[in-house]
Amino acid sequence: MATFLLRRLGLMILTLWILSLIVFFAGQILPGDPARATLGPFAAPSAVKALDAQLGVNRPLLTRYLSWIGGLLHGNLGTSYEYRSAVEPFVRAALINSIKLALLAFVIVVPLAIIGGVIAALYAGRAADRVISVAGLALSTVPEFVSGVVLIVIFGVELKVLPVTASAGANASDFQQFRHLILPAIPLVLVLFGYIARMARAGTIEALNSDYTRTAILKGLPRWTAIRRHVLRNSLLPTITVIATQTGYLIGGLVVVETLFNYQGLGNLIFQAAVHKDFAMLEAGVLIIGAVYVLATLIADLLLTWLNPRLRLGGAE
Amino acid sequence: MTADSAPSSLSSDPAGSAPALSVTNLDVTYKVRGQDRLALRDVTFSIARGESYGLVGESGSGKSTVALALVRYLPSNGRVSGGQVSINGLDPLSMGRGALRDLRARTVSMVYQEPGRALNPSIRVGRQIAEVFSIAGQSKGEATASAEEMLRKVQISDPARVMRRYPHELSGGMAQRAVIAMALARSPALLILDEPTTALDATVEAEVLDLVAALRQEFDTTVLFISHNLAVIAKMCDRVGVLYAGQLLEQGPARAVFENPRHPYTVGLLRCIPRRGQRKDSDRLDTIPGFLPTPGTAVSGCIFAPRCALVQDRCRTTDPPFFLVDSVRTSRCFFHEQAPDLPRATPAAIPELAGHGADGADGPLVVMEGLSKTFGGSVHALAGVDLAIERGETLGLVGESGSGKTTLARVLLGLTTPDAGSTVTMNGKPLSPDARRRPKDVLRTLQIVFQNPDSALNRRHSVRALISRPLAELAGLSGPALRTRLEELIASVRLEDRHLALRPSQLSGGLKQRVAIARAFGPGPEVVVCDEPTSALDVSVQAAILNLLADLQQTERATYLFISHDLGLVRYLSDRIVVLYLGRVMEVGPAETVFAGPHHPYTEALFSAVPSLDGERPDRIKLTGEIPSAANPPSGCVFHTRCPRKLATGECESTEPPLHEDEPGHQIRCHIPLAELRELQRSQSVPSQGGS
Amino acid sequence: MSGLLQPPVEPSGALPAEPAGSAGSLGMTTGYLGATAATAVAAASRAKPTATVWRLLLRRTAFWVGAGIVLFWIVCAIFGHAFAPYSPLTQQLLFTNAAPSSAHWFGTDGLGRDVLSRVITGSRDILIITPLATILGTILGTILGLAMGYFGGVFDLIAGRIVEAFLALPIVIIAFLFIVALGPSTGTLIIVIGLVFTPLIARTVRAAAQVERQQDYVAASRLFGEGPVRVMFSEILPNVVPAILVEFTVRLGYAIFAVATLSFLGFGITPPTPDWGADIYANYIGLLSGYWWQTLFPALAIASLVIAVILIADSIEQVLAS
Repeated sequence: MATFLLRRLGLMILTLWILSLIVFFAGQILPGDPARATLGPFAAPSAVKALDAQLGVNRPLLTRYLSWIGGLLHGNLGTSYEYRSAVEPFVRAALINSIKLALLAFVIVVPLAIIGGVIAALYAGRAADRVISVAGLALSTVPEFVSGVVLIVIFGVELKVLPVTASAGANASDFQQFRHLILPAIPLVLVLFGYIARMARAGTIEALNSDYTRTAILKGLPRWTAIRRHVLRNSLLPTITVIATQTGYLIGGLVVVETLFNYQGLGNLIFQAAVHKDFAMLEAGVLIIGAVYVLATLIADLLLTWLNPRLRLGGAE
Repeated sequence: MTADSAPSSLSSDPAGSAPALSVTNLDVTYKVRGQDRLALRDVTFSIARGESYGLVGESGSGKSTVALALVRYLPSNGRVSGGQVSINGLDPLSMGRGALRDLRARTVSMVYQEPGRALNPSIRVGRQIAEVFSIAGQSKGEATASAEEMLRKVQISDPARVMRRYPHELSGGMAQRAVIAMALARSPALLILDEPTTALDATVEAEVLDLVAALRQEFDTTVLFISHNLAVIAKMCDRVGVLYAGQLLEQGPARAVFENPRHPYTVGLLRCIPRRGQRKDSDRLDTIPGFLPTPGTAVSGCIFAPRCALVQDRCRTTDPPFFLVDSVRTSRCFFHEQAPDLPRATPAAIPELAGHGADGADGPLVVMEGLSKTFGGSVHALAGVDLAIERGETLGLVGESGSGKTTLARVLLGLTTPDAGSTVTMNGKPLSPDARRRPKDVLRTLQIVFQNPDSALNRRHSVRALISRPLAELAGLSGPALRTRLEELIASVRLEDRHLALRPSQLSGGLKQRVAIARAFGPGPEVVVCDEPTSALDVSVQAAILNLLADLQQTERATYLFISHDLGLVRYLSDRIVVLYLGRVMEVGPAETVFAGPHHPYTEALFSAVPSLDGERPDRIKLTGEIPSAANPPSGCVFHTRCPRKLATGECESTEPPLHEDEPGHQIRCHIPLAELRELQRSQSVPSQGGS
Repeated sequence: MSGLLQPPVEPSGALPAEPAGSAGSLGMTTGYLGATAATAVAAASRAKPTATVWRLLLRRTAFWVGAGIVLFWIVCAIFGHAFAPYSPLTQQLLFTNAAPSSAHWFGTDGLGRDVLSRVITGSRDILIITPLATILGTILGTILGLAMGYFGGVFDLIAGRIVEAFLALPIVIIAFLFIVALGPSTGTLIIVIGLVFTPLIARTVRAAAQVERQQDYVAASRLFGEGPVRVMFSEILPNVVPAILVEFTVRLGYAIFAVATLSFLGFGITPPTPDWGADIYANYIGLLSGYWWQTLFPALAIASLVIAVILIADSIEQVLAS
């Protein structure tokens, strides 16, 4: 198993490296001039030139890439063209905010979806299953901004029950912060629910139809005991995989939700950076997102390996 | 013509004792795509206490359905639509949930085909066995102790260690023992075994069957044994019922039924299997014409009528009742008395076909030298195999799991690249180890018929496309020449023009395999590798395919490398036999010699392990232990860990014996010379079961 | 956001040496490009001729509902200008932000344009862009996936890392990078989304191709001297088509999702062309003033189209996998 882990780690690093290449070169093909973009169309050419030199725009491609990577590895995420200051504190603050929101969404959706999926599996083919499956499917395909808008209209504007902006203000209490995060979390929950529930359902159905469940029931175990002891632990393994891969989709959703609810998270930061053509911020933000995803899948792999005896221990004796 | 015996509606039952299991007029229906299909029809039999009853049938016969119906575990689209069941006097079909649970826990147990799958992969084996005792009310500690005791009873030597293992860490044989331990834990009155050894190797199967027989005595359990393997049933069961398309056609004491069958189906079935050393040179196997009916088709009259050579009008209109053949046997046929004289569907005489037989004058066709293949640096699938295949012969390749027989075939074909130093020559010229680098005229000469036609035939291509492609690619045929050859091939495998437009999914297993054979022979190969070509087919279909292969060998002058785990088939078809064990050749020689002896101790054990319809060998060599892993082969002679004839001198453990030729054409890898083995085996003296 | 409907499953490679004992597959890891249970679709669809597929499909309510909605919007896209009550571009500056009434069923927006007309005609661009983008992605993804699945080895490893790197970034963000770079236009959108879908589709195709590669008919084709291109496209591809079909329809749904989202963020279709996402982008500030109709109706339009396509995709998958 140690070799397996090392191999996974190695591949992950390779992926991260390729990611950095993609992000960097995407930034490089952006037309126009970073300094010009920063200073605006009316700045003097000499000022533009000076800023360019300061930003190191004219160095060869490889040098720029290496210095960027070097900086990254030292924790220096570059300098924002727009704010003329280090990117790092912005990204750090935004990341923390996004994590709060993402965590809330996860905490709500994971238990809900697993329960929904298992129930759908236990009543497969019947009313409960159809309702959960179709509802889950339909909800998961509604873009976050659509559901976000609908929610704002219903709960924020008409019913005035929940705040429509996600930021509670600098000194708000934890509870207030939480209250503000509920509406933004819901579109995320809706999108993720369908997919996770479907996976839980598929895994549970497969476990229910398996030979070992048959053995358990024919031993004389009551149905619920058999489900609890034999079915669930096998059916939920694949769900772990799915939850990890959802991180990517979650982040995508964050961009929309944070913009809609005016929340200073990483998604919003990237969006603003894109709008203002702040490439340094954009590259740093995107790279962090990618790294988070890759890390999440690694954790999921580790979890899966630890929980699945077949992977943990290897082959037959 | 004697008068018909009076029909009887009861199965024969030793008078006086209440049966452990009694099934009366059982009907089971499945709902498939909205339609009701009758999977079991009017099945009636009973098993007396302590008796072992075998239910034998091919695929689609419904034998597994019987087992599931008895414990009320039919899938959601199935239901018992008629009849009654009584287990130990209790009726499982009408009891409440609690009583049913109790029945399953205490009275009835089941063991199935794939032991690895029957155990929960995420729970340790010990806990799963202990669970049975917990249900009985034992505390955790007591249950664990009882579980360990059960494992000891099923002859697992280190029960404590096995208890801590997960199912995937156990070999097939050991996993099946664990499942048997679970099944017998509470001394059930009825033990149902559904193909329990089909997935196991021959020597392991023999051990498990012996175990079941021994435990049956010890626990005094009644056994219902379900299998498609007639020989296994003959070995394990007192009485037998023959199931065909959901109906019981014949019943009686096993020995009597198999030696003197009284239903045309049973007669036909037994004739499909090579018996008593039957060989392709002596006669062709008989076949059963027609096809198995699709489950649930409506039937008027006898269900076997469409395929029966004794059929008359009466058979097509009236469903025959059970007739008493004698006091203990019944047969569901109006003409059961004429059954033993059932006319053959396939003539026994070997057809006179153009072509000639084995001609070794030009030297061996294929020579393999120093063939080794190591996977992942540690798994030695093949170790220094030297083998020659003579022109026109059928070389039978025999071996259990880990023997390397599939790897050998793949190396020959170029599908797997062997280790450096291995050479394969054909017609004197060395072959490239990779099929992709072999020129087309070389590829033409080597083809294969795979085991599973579903995997071997591209399901998206029509039969015409499947057979035409190699003709176009390798034989360079096109246009009218292609069409002519196509028609020749279709005719030679007894397919019809109308099959050409069909896709594999629209054909039965036997037809698909014919397509695969036609495809393989199309380019005119010199060597055809047959990798378990009939293992995926029913017995009644197997015979036709084997006959076909034998005929084609004559007409096409082909050389076969015939791989099979079924020793009867190997003996029927092969001229010479190679026995592999852990990637090494243990014995090579003419088929009859290798079968009759003297043989290598492993060969000896292997042959004595396989159950045969012709009766049990008196002194079975029982091998102990598991087949060692190819990643960690034993030192010296790889067989020494299980060899009952291991030398006391320790030579077997230290030095690997060379392959030596004691008789012309007969090579053996053993420290004991052939002459001495002959003496030992003639007197059938087996030392105290050696091995670790 | 761009979710697959099927679970990721890593096909386990088995050694050719005869394995003792059975091997049920429970092992799953995420890292190597997760396969999808589209492989189950591919496997289970072995026996189905096209006619049967159609027949089963037409029996499903979900399929009818989805197809009906999609057809409706297609009609709107083509003929919308004919039956919309007003032109979507006409600004009636005296009637800005009017609530729904008999004159304007869906009300008007900030520039006095009739929301209903904009909703009807807003379907056009999205229904042109998304199928084209999806087709592009499907073609490229299929080729890449087949190659990865068939060749395996180092090629698969490297290509796999690249694909994974792309997968690590949500569509929207990759789209940002490139649209900001190249400027938003219909062509750019099609190419960007098509390219972003390529790795996703490649992942599914790769998994299905790997399953097929284990089959004996691929080994047989090697013995007939078939070259790799022939094997990939003539042997493996036909068996993988069901999985591709499901992928295509799913991706189509998520393409609509993505284009709408990009428009919402201002990176998609540019004004004044009527487009649902862009309209929401322009008007959602109005929510604070209570002008809910300007955003709700386009939002519902988007939702209906995406759901419809996904319902079709789900029906196809259910039919093929049964």
